[in-house]
Amino acid sequence: MADELFRRVAIAGNPNTGKTTIFNALTGLRQKVGNYPGVTVEKKTGRFFGSHGEQMELIDLPGSYSLQVRSPDEAVARDLLLGRVAGERRPDVIIAVVDASNLDRHLYIAAQMLELGIPVVVALNMVDVAEERGLIIDLVELKERLGVPVIPMVAAKGTGIIELKQAVSRSPLPKPEQRAQLPIVFEREISTLAKTTGGGAEVARMDAMLYLSLDQQGLASSGLDESMLAAVNASQSRLRAAGIDPIAAPVDARYDWVAVICSAVIRRQGEDTEGLTLSDRLDMVFTHKLWGWVAFVAMMALMFFCIFTVAAYPMDWIDGGISALKDWASARMSPGNLQSLVVDGIISGVGGVVIFLPQILVLFFFLGLLEDSGYMARAAFIMDRLMSRVGLHGKSFVPLLSSFACAIPGVMATRTIENRKDRIVTILVAPLMSCSARLPVYIVMIAVMLPAANAFQSAGIMLSMYLLGLIAAFVMAWLFKNTLLKGETPMLLLELPPYRAPALRGIVQRMWERGLIFLRRAGTVILALSIILWALMTYPKPENPDATKSEALAHSIAGRMGHTIEPVIKPLGYDWKIGIGLIASFAAREVFVGTMGQIYNIEDADEENEELREQMRSERRPDGSPLFTPLVCLSLMAFYVLAMQCISTVAIVRRETGGWRWPLFQIAYMTGLAYLAALVVYQGGKLLGFQ
Amino acid sequence: MSEQAATNVPLSSLVPGEKGRISTIELPGAARGRVMEMGMTIGTTIEVVKVAPLGDPVEYKVRGGHISLRKNEASQIRVQRI
Repeated sequence: MADELFRRVAIAGNPNTGKTTIFNALTGLRQKVGNYPGVTVEKKTGRFFGSHGEQMELIDLPGSYSLQVRSPDEAVARDLLLGRVAGERRPDVIIAVVDASNLDRHLYIAAQMLELGIPVVVALNMVDVAEERGLIIDLVELKERLGVPVIPMVAAKGTGIIELKQAVSRSPLPKPEQRAQLPIVFEREISTLAKTTGGGAEVARMDAMLYLSLDQQGLASSGLDESMLAAVNASQSRLRAAGIDPIAAPVDARYDWVAVICSAVIRRQGEDTEGLTLSDRLDMVFTHKLWGWVAFVAMMALMFFCIFTVAAYPMDWIDGGISALKDWASARMSPGNLQSLVVDGIISGVGGVVIFLPQILVLFFFLGLLEDSGYMARAAFIMDRLMSRVGLHGKSFVPLLSSFACAIPGVMATRTIENRKDRIVTILVAPLMSCSARLPVYIVMIAVMLPAANAFQSAGIMLSMYLLGLIAAFVMAWLFKNTLLKGETPMLLLELPPYRAPALRGIVQRMWERGLIFLRRAGTVILALSIILWALMTYPKPENPDATKSEALAHSIAGRMGHTIEPVIKPLGYDWKIGIGLIASFAAREVFVGTMGQIYNIEDADEENEELREQMRSERRPDGSPLFTPLVCLSLMAFYVLAMQCISTVAIVRRETGGWRWPLFQIAYMTGLAYLAALVVYQGGKLLGFQ
Repeated sequence: MSEQAATNVPLSSLVPGEKGRISTIELPGAARGRVMEMGMTIGTTIEVVKVAPLGDPVEYKVRGGHISLRKNEASQIRVQRI
């Protein structure tokens, strides 16, 4: 029976313990990434074989400091370990990953794992780092005290993986019997409460303990029924009356227990460990008052440089591939509706989005590098002050920054933000950052506006557009945090983990997984929308078969929509032709350039096309005045800075927020903002006497 | 008694290089639990490592780990200077 699972193994531990490295070493390429039912928390599972070839499933739980949850990720970890996730079998074994060089802080969550009534194997990782620091750990004593197998490991080098496999496949695996002792009064309250929570003895105990450690806010959102709430409240009052803080007591008890173990098993050898570690030395640069900023700017500059240069090559290949595919399809299909659907609708539409894949991959690669090396926490540390001004957390900064290249990785990078409201605020404003798809629009409009502009002027206008987006993002974040998603500035409790050499394999793998999510969207939502847009721009067909592309477009639904919305966009200085451009670029901003080319009957126009620029400059309104005045160009650019014209982002936001509510709201507010800004630019400019 | 009160200062008043022993944590509810779970329990020694370039947050060393907190939260943790 190949499909029969011998054991389901969960791997848990603090962040930055090498948990993922162990997961990868055990499972190799037999991995699967999915979602837990109903929540947008990533579920990563893999298969491996025990020492006698037994099939084992390994679940990678999100890194967590405690079972007392703060983020949706941690809630899933807790629920899974307690067997509360519908349709998910409770794990048979837990691998608790512990950093040997920082045993007392990391044994805390292991201590919680021991209380769950599931066999535990402790993976004592990074024993090499501990030894370098002169920490000798008495393994026999540690095993004895914890009452579970302890496997010393250096996961990054593969040391201890075989022993770990052996340990989890051993039969039978006994339940842990050692655990931290709580004050007797507390234990009594737990057992009273546990009678009503149900589940196995240990699950009921843990449930009761977690409820008792909730504050009023936590209890209010716990979903407990009236009678349970009353029982918990009564218990908490009794504990307080006895001088016991229900929140602090379990934490104290575990740390006390861990401290006793640590003093028994750790021996310090040689040099005092208080000396400067390599990590401390690196921090002297990376969080320095001056050098910290220099390093930060340099790193971000390098990242963007790579996005715009390294990624340009594969983007060219994809571009060439798409053209070749279009030619190939055109040659094999007879001209007609079907050919047009396949070539102009599907291949162009999906291709126009897929072309951003290299940039997205490069960005994910850098984000992975920054995350795994430990630098990301430093970036959050130095940026926190700025972000807290608008009510956000230092961790919101990196997603916003990534969105300068592309909002998709930016939105996905918000997963590290613990507070859901803050995460949504960050997602809502991320697409206001000028992504690379806006560049072609800016380039064309600047060229049309100032035909003789020097590099300095062009760069100045371009920079103001980037600044406009940035300022808008901060203002809107502040506004959302104070109205719709009202909440206190979240507390910052940020670990600055030791710097580590990043594991390239893991980064590439994660980059690929995220890339696949994007491609899957391209194959579904984006494909469907491409077809709809194609249909809008193709039907109904003009009666005259010799009609030019421009006439055909004017005759289509999109063309008529351009006319329909003309009264609405007229105050912005636009005519119906620009209206068609706006409608067509709802799917992707850069489509604007190609559509304007189509409107003016220019074959294969891109942003460098001089013919298109000339045509736009000489375009006249019915009264003979030029259409693309500097003011119209600026108004149009302001619109593109702020409008949500990217179906890929809409699709990703829907996925990440788990519904249509937020992406629809985002489209509405961004379009409104864009309209308002364009209106202010055009009408305000006219009032001031500009053209 | 007054002598003890004098040495009981907010964590936020310590400067880099100074150490203290945590005596009380006055943070409300869940925040208190979270801070404690990161290793800042009563009686633990905590050292100020560095203030962020913009003046906030502050990096602390506790139980061998490096944790940063904003001054606002740190002012609600009291320590005995050592």
